[in-house]
Amino acid sequence: MTAGEKILEIEDLRVHFPVRGGIFRRAVGACKAVDGVTLCLKRGQTLGLVGESGCGKSTLAKSVVKLIEPTSGTIRFGNKEVIAGEAETNFRKSVQMVFQDPAESLNSRMTVGTIIGEPLDIHQVGDPKERRHRVLQLLEQVGLPENAIKRYPFEFSGGQRQRIGIARALALNPELIVLDEPVSALDVSVQSQVLNLLMDLQAELGLTYLLIAHDLAVVKHVSDMIAVMYLGKVVEMGPMQEIYENPAHAYTKALISAVPVPDPTLKRDRILIPGDVPSPINPPKGCAFGSRMNSPKYEQSIGRELKVKQLSEGRWVLDCPCCVDP
Amino acid sequence: MTNEAKNDSLLKVKDLSVSFATDEGEVQALDAVDFEVKLGQTLGLVGESGCGKSVTALSVMRLLPRPMGKINGGSIHFEGKDLLKLTPDEMRQVRGNEIGMIFQEPMNALNPVRSIGDQISESFLLHQDITRKQAWLKSIEMLDEVGIPVPESRVFEYPHQLSGGMRQRIVIAIALACKPKLIIADEPTTALDVTVQSQILDLLQSLKEKLGSSVLLITHDLGVIAETCDEVCVMYAGRMVERAPVKELFAHPMHAYTRGLLSSIPRLDGIPKTELSTIDGMVPSLSELNSGCRFAPRSGLEHSKEQIEKRPGFIEINPEHWVEACPVCLSI
Repeated sequence: MTAGEKILEIEDLRVHFPVRGGIFRRAVGACKAVDGVTLCLKRGQTLGLVGESGCGKSTLAKSVVKLIEPTSGTIRFGNKEVIAGEAETNFRKSVQMVFQDPAESLNSRMTVGTIIGEPLDIHQVGDPKERRHRVLQLLEQVGLPENAIKRYPFEFSGGQRQRIGIARALALNPELIVLDEPVSALDVSVQSQVLNLLMDLQAELGLTYLLIAHDLAVVKHVSDMIAVMYLGKVVEMGPMQEIYENPAHAYTKALISAVPVPDPTLKRDRILIPGDVPSPINPPKGCAFGSRMNSPKYEQSIGRELKVKQLSEGRWVLDCPCCVDP
Repeated sequence: MTNEAKNDSLLKVKDLSVSFATDEGEVQALDAVDFEVKLGQTLGLVGESGCGKSVTALSVMRLLPRPMGKINGGSIHFEGKDLLKLTPDEMRQVRGNEIGMIFQEPMNALNPVRSIGDQISESFLLHQDITRKQAWLKSIEMLDEVGIPVPESRVFEYPHQLSGGMRQRIVIAIALACKPKLIIADEPTTALDVTVQSQILDLLQSLKEKLGSSVLLITHDLGVIAETCDEVCVMYAGRMVERAPVKELFAHPMHAYTRGLLSSIPRLDGIPKTELSTIDGMVPSLSELNSGCRFAPRSGLEHSKEQIEKRPGFIEINPEHWVEACPVCLSI
């Protein structure tokens, strides 16, 4: 296990949900939530996944942890394809998830000790005494008091509840944690505490993160790599700093310019994107972003297979005549 | 406007105190809050959840939940008249007509079973002496104004047929239908994506300029404050801790809480992967507040017994720059 080795490879992943209609509720169409995503995560890194709501970020995350079965494509974890059987049990131990809203993702009728210990029970790790010891250790690791073990989630604030969620994800010593908007439900002053905790844990345990967030500033702060998603496709991917300083895709440019900067002396030229993300059920024929921007070159993209253009090592963009300068 | 020459303040809130009756007894949600919105100005109220931002907005609109919410003291002067002394009927003439409100979650602010044309017409019919037909036509105009494409056919649609950004445009259309002098926007973009957020903020700015209205913008996002406001009030645990023109506040934050807040947000131009500075602990519960400096337990600074028990004054330390003068938290 060395740093820099590929831990997760997603190849041409598609998740299509059937759209049913008619008297027999037959599938009359498909909602292409994730449509041909290829990604690769290296051990010890954080990959930030950004995009607007409805672009397929959360669907992608759920299919990575196998909560949703993908329609096609492969997910390889640690060089092994994840299929049913023993490989899957191992996979489930090594990949954990932290959810967006800690109030909803923790069972309010369970004590914190039971919540954090549940993954240990399911995978039958050690005897009850060892499990309890492990839970206490986890509480300390995420900065919660020991007496939390007997208390219920409602007794804690939002930031502390998210810590409980993180402790639960850490219970089985995972290698990869999928963080689905881990701080968006938190207050600013608490958000930074949780982000610091996540960064500390990563340094300490050598974790790999797949971070989904809509707040670009958060993503930029903690990520090594970033992937920008638009309507089920990753349009650009590469090292964070490079993408931030020199975005290649028109959507990335617009997204970065839309983030409000907490500095009133700065006056920037904002690129305004009109309208909303188009529906993935009935996407535009050509480039989805070109049609939203009314790009003059949109016609050229119709009927054309969009290809990936390698810009440099680990950095690529979905090459489309209306969004990427040649 | 006659009072423009005498006094350029449109809304003046003085010593406003609000309490709520809860299971744990009465809690003070606002503790003698002071601020004013000047004509044509955008004033930002910023703070974390539970600091009293929304309660302030609801008090100005006299929409506090009854019977739990109670205004205990203070005054809210809008164009010279005290809103707290108006009868419910008189208040209804102000609401939606002279003060418009934009809510956070557009899906909850709109009625799901009435067409959007119906909902915009309602404000015209309530406040202006016009026929249904005219109100309908004006609604179409209003939709055009907030940038809804093909308003003639959209006017018949229902909220569920629209996207989040479009719904917020409808809420704005309703709030601005009667050309209010003051627009209260309570977290208008929190439920939206960044790209849609910038559209909505631009729209709000241009309509504000067109109508010459003032805006009271409530948000927790300091980025939004920096890009849209003229003046900012920072609130903490039911009190105002600092108030200053936006550039002044970001350049010279004086209260420890403001400084903590500003330094704890990750910034696009910051250095990645570094430890973010934090404010210890969490937002205090309103039922367990001390009467002195409320930021004391989280500030990490040593406070004397007297400083924890005696309320510090809210003083103007530099022209236009007000700050809660706890000697420990204040640094110049």
